[in-house]
Amino acid sequence: MENLKVVVVPCSGIGKSLGTVGRAATYKVIERMKPEKTRTVCLALLTMGDADALRLVRENPCIAVDGCPALCSKKNIEASMGNLAHNIIVTDVLRKNRSLKPEGVIELNDQGDKLAEIIARALSEKVDEILHKEK
Amino acid sequence: MPLATGKVGIICCSGEDLPEGTISRVATRLVLEKLRPDQTVTLCLPLFLAGGEDERAFARVFPTIAVDGCSKKCAEAGTKKFSGRPVATILVSEVMKKYPHLKVKSREKLEPQEMELAMKVAEEIAKKVDEILCKTAKK
Repeated sequence: MENLKVVVVPCSGIGKSLGTVGRAATYKVIERMKPEKTRTVCLALLTMGDADALRLVRENPCIAVDGCPALCSKKNIEASMGNLAHNIIVTDVLRKNRSLKPEGVIELNDQGDKLAEIIARALSEKVDEILHKEK
Repeated sequence: MPLATGKVGIICCSGEDLPEGTISRVATRLVLEKLRPDQTVTLCLPLFLAGGEDERAFARVFPTIAVDGCSKKCAEAGTKKFSGRPVATILVSEVMKKYPHLKVKSREKLEPQEMELAMKVAEEIAKKVDEILCKTAKK
């Protein structure tokens, strides 16, 4: 289990800023907070049934990060028979942080970035919890 | 199902694991928000699988351009598999060859040089949108 990594999979959410929030939160975790313990995979590659992508989500615990209740990431991981350990929906986190008004898809505003930071911290804690259980 | 007139659908791969995926995503949004806001629509690619028949009808309703980050061409293949054959495909890695001075490293926030490349890709998408709409109008 030495090489086990948590695969954080954001939805592609291109239509709404909340998709970008999930994507930004994912990069905060995989590039800055837990780079040794996490990685991501292209969700489109998973949707297309790419063999390497399938192997990755089946052999490692995954966290789905979805922007909206369509749950594209969660559903695609499940359809790939991936090892779904946890899922986060940005709209749920936003409901608990109603003062934040995320805007922008090309570039998030500051409030969107704050929401991404909140989600990233939650993801980071979950990564440790998942890997601790896997030991 | 008849083709909708006056709009072109753009499906990008969004490739979360590669900088080119972020370019595909930002270029698509540049077309939707700035270059051709009244002529284009989009849909999240994974929604083909997670969504219902309405989502899967997308490429049968709109002539569609796939925007792919890499040679795996997930957007082209996914649109064809779940919805309908795209009319055209723009490949970011091919556009990059025309601008070797523009380097791409970031998956998250694009640097000015990366944003410049995203705009080049967006302009190619917009050109293709115009071609498609021109052909549709002639029919």
